[in-house]
Amino acid sequence: MSLEAYAIYKNYGEVEALHNVDLVTERGEFFTLLGPSGCGKTTLLRIIAGLELPDSGTVMLTGGNVTTLPANERNVNTVFQSYALFPHLTLFENVAFGMRSRRLTGSVVTEKVMAALAMVHMEDKKDRLPSQLSGGQKQRVALARALVNEPEVLLLDEPMSALDAKLRHAVQAELRQLQQKLGKTFILVTHDQEEALTVSDRIAVMRQGRVVQCAPARELYERPVNRYVADFLGKANIIAGRRAEGGVETELGLLRLDSPPTWEQGELAIRPENIVFHPERPAVNGLRARVSEAFYRGDRVEVWLEPGNLRMSAAPRRGIAKGDEIWIELLPSALVPLHE
Amino acid sequence: MRRFHWLVPFLAVGSLAFLYVPLLAIAVYSVNASRFGLTWQGFTMKWYQRLFANEQILEAAWNTLFLAGVSTIIATVLGTVLAIGLKRYPWSRRVYAMLDINLHLPVVTPEIVFAAALAVAFGLLRLVFSVFEPGMLNMVIGHVTFQVSFVALVVGARLASISTDIEEAARDLYADNAYIMRHVMLPLLKPGIVGGAMLAFTLSLDDFVISFFTAGPTSVTLPLYIYATVRRGVTPEIHALSTLALCATVILVMLSERITRKTNKE
Repeated sequence: MSLEAYAIYKNYGEVEALHNVDLVTERGEFFTLLGPSGCGKTTLLRIIAGLELPDSGTVMLTGGNVTTLPANERNVNTVFQSYALFPHLTLFENVAFGMRSRRLTGSVVTEKVMAALAMVHMEDKKDRLPSQLSGGQKQRVALARALVNEPEVLLLDEPMSALDAKLRHAVQAELRQLQQKLGKTFILVTHDQEEALTVSDRIAVMRQGRVVQCAPARELYERPVNRYVADFLGKANIIAGRRAEGGVETELGLLRLDSPPTWEQGELAIRPENIVFHPERPAVNGLRARVSEAFYRGDRVEVWLEPGNLRMSAAPRRGIAKGDEIWIELLPSALVPLHE
Repeated sequence: MRRFHWLVPFLAVGSLAFLYVPLLAIAVYSVNASRFGLTWQGFTMKWYQRLFANEQILEAAWNTLFLAGVSTIIATVLGTVLAIGLKRYPWSRRVYAMLDINLHLPVVTPEIVFAAALAVAFGLLRLVFSVFEPGMLNMVIGHVTFQVSFVALVVGARLASISTDIEEAARDLYADNAYIMRHVMLPLLKPGIVGGAMLAFTLSLDDFVISFFTAGPTSVTLPLYIYATVRRGVTPEIHALSTLALCATVILVMLSERITRKTNKE
C-alpha cells in the first residue's frame, strides 16, 4: 500500500469540504479522484501533498504516519493545475529545483535532470525559460520536475484542463503509458469523466466532501451504485419500478435483469448503448417504441424513444429516423439497480 | 479612422509645455552668463564651477545623499517585509482591509501633517532620550516613515502577480522557508524591490517638508539649502544646483520605470 488516508475531515468555516473520507491506493496504481468543482477532490489532494492540514484523520505514506508532516518533508510530488513553473529559472533549473533544495550537487543532478527532460522529450529545450513554452510543453516540464525526485506517489491536480481537446487526448494516453512504464502510484484529480475512464485503474467519485463510489473504472461505468454516479459518468436512462416475480415491474412492463435489486421499490439504470435495435420482437425485455427524435452524431445516432423517454444510441447504418416504430431490447445484463 | 479636432493635440502638447517650460528655463539660466538679468548674455559653465567650489553646497549634497541612501536601505527592507507579511499571511478579510488602508494612508496624507506629527513625536521622545535632537537621526527616521508605504505598495503589486502556486510548488519540491525566500521569492520580487527602492530614493532626495521639520543645524540638505538661499535672492548657482538635482531625479525615475516595465513584460 503506498498511500492511505483514513477518516479525513476538513471544514472551511461553515463549508464541509471533506467528510469522513477514506482512501487506500495500491503501489503502482493509477487512482483518480473524480467529481464536480467544489466536491473536495482538490482539498483531499492538498492534504495528501501536505499543503493543507486535515481537521482530523490520518494520512499514511508507505506505512508511516505523515499527517502533520509539511509538504517539503514528504516524498510526494505534485503537478499543479497551473503547472507553477518557476518563471525566473530555465527548464533545467526548474527540474533540478527539488534536488538543489535538498543540497544535492554534481553530475548526479545533471544526469537525472537530463534523463527526466528526455523522458518528456524536452531535453533540447533545457535552456529555455517557461515563458517560451506552449501549454503542453509546460505540462511536460512540470511532470519531469515532479518525477525527477522519484516520489513515492505523484499527485496530478487537473493537469490537462488547460490543454485543448485534441492535445488532451494525446497527453492522457502518454500519461497512462508513462505511469505503466514507471510503475509508480499516480493520483489524479479531474472533473472530466472521459479522462478518468481513459487513464485510471480505479476511480473514486466524490460529491460534497464524500466518496460516493470507489471502484475500477469499468465497474464504475457499468455498475454505478446510484443515480449521481450513473449521471456523472456518461449518460444513463433511469427507470423507476417495483420488485416483482422474475424482475422489476416498470411503466415499460416487466424488465428482467441479471442482478436482482435488494430494494422493494427503486430505480434502474441503463446506458444508451445497452438499448439495442431488433428487427423483430426480442425474447426478453422487448419493447415496441416510437422514435420521437433522432440526432445524427457522426459515429452514432442519438435516438429519443417513447414511451419512457428513453435515450438510445444506435449505429448510423440502421437508418433509424424520426417517426419510426422499432423493436428494442433493454439488455438484462446492463440493467443496474440503483441505491440510495 | 478616428478624426481629432486640431485642438486635442494642441492642448496635449500645451499642457506638457506648461509643465516643462519652467524647468527648461532654469536649465537655460544655469548656463547664462548674466548674473541678474533675464537676458541671454552668452554660454558659461562658471555657475557650475562655483557650485562645486561651495563648501556649504557640497556638504548639503553629501547630507542629502547620505540621508537618501540610509533611509532608502532601511525603508526597502521594512517595506518588503511589510508587503510580504500583508499579502501572504492569512489575515481575516476585515483585518486585511484595515491594514491595507493603513498602508495607503501615509501616501495620501498631506506631507505637512505628517511632518508636524513627526515634530511632535520627536519632541515627546526627546523628553526621555536625548538622541532625538533635531538632526540626521530624526531625518532618517522621518524619511523612512513615508518611504515604507511607497516601497510596500510597489513590492506588493509585484507580489500580487506571483501566484501562491509558485511558493507551494517550491515547498512541494522540498524547499524550506529560507530556501523559498532566497531562491524563489527574492529573485521574483527583485524588480519590485529595486523599483520601490528607486522611488523611495527619489522621494527622499527632493523631500523638503519632512526634512524641514526634523533637520538640525549640521544636517542641511540640498532642498533646505536651496530654500534658505532663495529667500536671499535667487542666484545662478541655485539654477545650476536645481538643474543637477532635476537631472538626477529624471535619471532615477527613468531607471525605475524601466525596471518596472521589465517586470510587467515577464
